[in-house]
Amino acid sequence: MNFTEQQRRNRHRTLLLLGAFAALFAVVGLAIDAAIIGAPLPVATPVALAVAGGIGLLGWRSGADWVLLSLLAEPLRPNEPEHRQFEHIATEMALAAGLPRPRLYVIPDPSPNALAAGRDPRHAVLAVTAGALALLDREETQGVVAHEMAHIGNRDTAVMTLVTVLFGGVLMLADWSRRTLVLAHRGRHPLLPLLVVAMVLLGPPLSRLLAMAVSRRREYQADATAVQLTRNPAGLARALEKIAASEFPLRAATRGTAHLFIVSPLRRRLDDREGAWAALFATHPPLAQRIALLRGMALD
Amino acid sequence: MLALLAIVAALVAWAVWIYNRLVTLKNQVANGWKQIDVQLKRRHDLIPNLVAAVRGAMEFERDTLERVITARSRAVAAPAGAAAMAAENDLSLALRQLFAVAENYPQLRANENVLRLQEELTTTENQIGFTRQYYNDVTTQFNTQQDLFPARLIARQFGFTHAELFTAEDVERAVPAVDLTLPAGR
Repeated sequence: MNFTEQQRRNRHRTLLLLGAFAALFAVVGLAIDAAIIGAPLPVATPVALAVAGGIGLLGWRSGADWVLLSLLAEPLRPNEPEHRQFEHIATEMALAAGLPRPRLYVIPDPSPNALAAGRDPRHAVLAVTAGALALLDREETQGVVAHEMAHIGNRDTAVMTLVTVLFGGVLMLADWSRRTLVLAHRGRHPLLPLLVVAMVLLGPPLSRLLAMAVSRRREYQADATAVQLTRNPAGLARALEKIAASEFPLRAATRGTAHLFIVSPLRRRLDDREGAWAALFATHPPLAQRIALLRGMALD
Repeated sequence: MLALLAIVAALVAWAVWIYNRLVTLKNQVANGWKQIDVQLKRRHDLIPNLVAAVRGAMEFERDTLERVITARSRAVAAPAGAAAMAAENDLSLALRQLFAVAENYPQLRANENVLRLQEELTTTENQIGFTRQYYNDVTTQFNTQQDLFPARLIARQFGFTHAELFTAEDVERAVPAVDLTLPAGR
């Protein structure tokens, strides 16, 4: 499997993201220096840049673990037949892609889904939900794992994990705040509701930024690479059909982590549409379109 | 003079780069072989357990079981190379037949031990298939690299030779991934 071309694009994207993030902090720092302090010595700017650098560095090192933590992912239990099968399938797909086998996790949730994260293949993690293991048969799981292995191989995971760390953290807080808005109302501290409102307001522009950073095309590409790895488009197509038909929402997922999954766990109608508006805010291409493309490959 | 030196340095750097690339590919090819050997060995070790586990329920399928057992001993005994490859392919076919027949025995589908062994053998089989697939990709790269001009000058100079590709059975060319697991109460 040759990932070189996509790897280079993703390396550029990673640098661009880090640059944009640092610039954002620098602007805030400069503004504070200029307006509030007005002193000859700029204090806020270096502090802001240091904070940005710190977040970037920490996120680069342990972003994947933060993602797993936020999704309540658990390590595999070797006594469970389904977990063992998942481990086998991951080994098979790592061999097919010529990559080391990623660390494996299961998210205890009945909603079928899967994701990969990590800065490079040697630090990659791959997680599936318990629902996926229960619902999908061996071939279907293989298709899903191959799709994730494609993301790892072409370094999509590096970009996606970084996006999650840099912008997703706030979005995650925004979603959690919204879900606990009522609770916050009863909060003792007068500033707490204000903070919650600020978080909620920050949501839309941030999710816009996030969608801009992740291209919807990456999912089509990963589907195609998955078929190259398994030589079996029907497996992945059936898996996507089953996931599309499933009604369960994935409770632990937020707008901060949704882009990491093989199918958007938020089930927004936006993700089912093509067009300019969808391209502005959606993180995933329409499922029906992906399934149709895979079905087309099966006919060839 | 300086220009000449620069040209010579650039040529040497280029030769070193090509040489290292060829060596890397050669190691990947060798590693692919080793991985396949590991998995074939694992398969040989698993089969006696499987035969022992299904023997009781499949009394009337002596022929099928016998075929797996003889195919296994032939594969274990075969000298490395083309003979081993043929023997391993025979073993794959015998196993596939065994699992097809096993579908008719509902008590096997309920047997956890049998299911576990089937999953183990399925993944071994798949790992062999996918390693071959990857091995062939790398080998093709390695061979192409040696043929391209001007890299072929370096390859000749240091005695690199083409590595052999796996020629898959017709069965395997159609579907490298197999699913030997029984549909257990799904």
